[in-house]
Amino acid sequence: MSAALIIHRAGPQVTVQDLGRSGTLGLGLSRGGAMDRLAVYEGAALLGQDPSCAVLEMAGMGVVVEANCDTRIALTGAEITVTLDGTPLRWNACHALAKGARLDIGGFRAGNYGYLHIAGGIQTAPMMGSRSAHLAGGVGACISAGDHLPILADKGGDTGLGLSPSERCSGGTLRVVAGPQTALFQAEMLERFEQTAFARDPRSNRMGVKLTYDGDRFGATDGRSIVSEVVVPGDIQITGDGTPYILTAESQTTGGYPRIGTVLPADMPKAVQTPAGANLRFQFIDLETALKIEARDTAARHALKSQLKRLVRDPHDIRDLLSYQLISGVVSGSEEEPK
Amino acid sequence: MIQTMHFPDIQTLGTDGLLVRFGDSLSEPANRAALAFGAALERDQPEGVEEIATSLVSVFVRFDVRHLGHADLRTDLANRLKAQDWFAAEMPAGRRLITIPTVYGGTYGPQLAKAADLAGLSEDAAIKELSAADLRITAVGFAPGQPYLGFLPDHWDIPRNAELAPVPTGAVVAAVRQIVLFSVDSPTGWSHVGQTAFRAFQPDHPEPFRLRPGDEIRFTSVTPEEYGALKSAPDGGATWGKVE
Repeated sequence: MSAALIIHRAGPQVTVQDLGRSGTLGLGLSRGGAMDRLAVYEGAALLGQDPSCAVLEMAGMGVVVEANCDTRIALTGAEITVTLDGTPLRWNACHALAKGARLDIGGFRAGNYGYLHIAGGIQTAPMMGSRSAHLAGGVGACISAGDHLPILADKGGDTGLGLSPSERCSGGTLRVVAGPQTALFQAEMLERFEQTAFARDPRSNRMGVKLTYDGDRFGATDGRSIVSEVVVPGDIQITGDGTPYILTAESQTTGGYPRIGTVLPADMPKAVQTPAGANLRFQFIDLETALKIEARDTAARHALKSQLKRLVRDPHDIRDLLSYQLISGVVSGSEEEPK
Repeated sequence: MIQTMHFPDIQTLGTDGLLVRFGDSLSEPANRAALAFGAALERDQPEGVEEIATSLVSVFVRFDVRHLGHADLRTDLANRLKAQDWFAAEMPAGRRLITIPTVYGGTYGPQLAKAADLAGLSEDAAIKELSAADLRITAVGFAPGQPYLGFLPDHWDIPRNAELAPVPTGAVVAAVRQIVLFSVDSPTGWSHVGQTAFRAFQPDHPEPFRLRPGDEIRFTSVTPEEYGALKSAPDGGATWGKVE
């Protein structure tokens, strides 16, 4: 039997994702890929593999899975309660997943998009250069119970490593650069936009983060008849009724609604992970500053491996210390303090 | 023309993109310029460019900022813009005319009456005009394979609706002198005037993106009965010809 991840149960919005596809923007298919791209890099660092490896993205609800061979997993992004054969596992960490063990990823504790990474990456067939499902574009499908996702035989590697992810699940300020249509908004409105507290509307999805706010409507001067042009992830579109949307992975490729600016790629993980009930604010910065922030963010993403720390066992995390120590593959007896 | 006094221009879009614009409204010369400039750039890409996407009157260039600076790419693009009159460029050869059976009005085009009224036409006159026009695909975008088409006569310069409403795949919608043939189910502010069984994006087809910029489409009027019979036909009963 070929190596597979067997899905026993899946929430309604579980998909295979990677970093998306390039080259189809001009044909109407947006990049797609994981909503929280940083989480993909974090999982890749934890498993010591390339960030192009495909992962499972879980929105709102998790999965119950097993593998039909010994392998390793990493868990990143939105923090979700997870157990392995009933024993709690640490999030933002990598673990051994023994053949036949039941991995139950359940209730979301913080954030909107959680990720299950598997050693070697999920091996479903690429579609137009990527394994990402692009549901809005009609490419691929959701994962459901009974699916067998092909994986690779694990070549082996370290487990019991963790990292402290950058805080991105409790709101905050998103930095924005001006774009071709920012000037369509009056200066007074741009100022009010920066002063306004926004909240995520539960109807947000992989196409965009819909925002609500109190106060007068935002809108461009004569914004209803502007010409459609290419949109990019992070663009903040203001629809005719004054609703801002931060456009994300599966957004449309062009749009005729005015866009007030573009959220920096470095701040997009926060934009997509902030749950309803936490505030988001926007701050315009100049391009030069933005490019410096992006350069730092790119460097940090590629240096994640140096941030890994060996997990320290915390007795408070352990339901039954004795059984915990005896379960092979969960915490090995050789675990020690970081060297 | 007024456009050439301010355009083309080059704007930043996001932190790793530049947008070359040939106008701030849709016109035939500006669309022609965008199609020609985008195609030329595709044939001869500057080092460091990662993706080129042509839209109605603009060309988007995404690049790797670690290897190509904003100022350098801007200069390169400006030099290419000066090299010829892009507004008078030739349309590509071998363009196709695709005739797509379309049922107008009623439950198939619930906003036809309102759109016709805004255009100052009766419903019958609106169907006659929409059905007879050979419309150029000015851009493929928004959703996979989805064509924007122009140009309807001036009286079809009707605004988008403030409220978004859902339309099904194959919907024919109108606004601002253009038609869009939806390739996915989607909310839209454009007026839903008719319905086709045409799928502009077929992921499992050898040619998943069925239409190309520059092609022309005729949305020929059929009855609901005829439409029902075409629903299971390849490409919804569309026929392929050549632009004369």
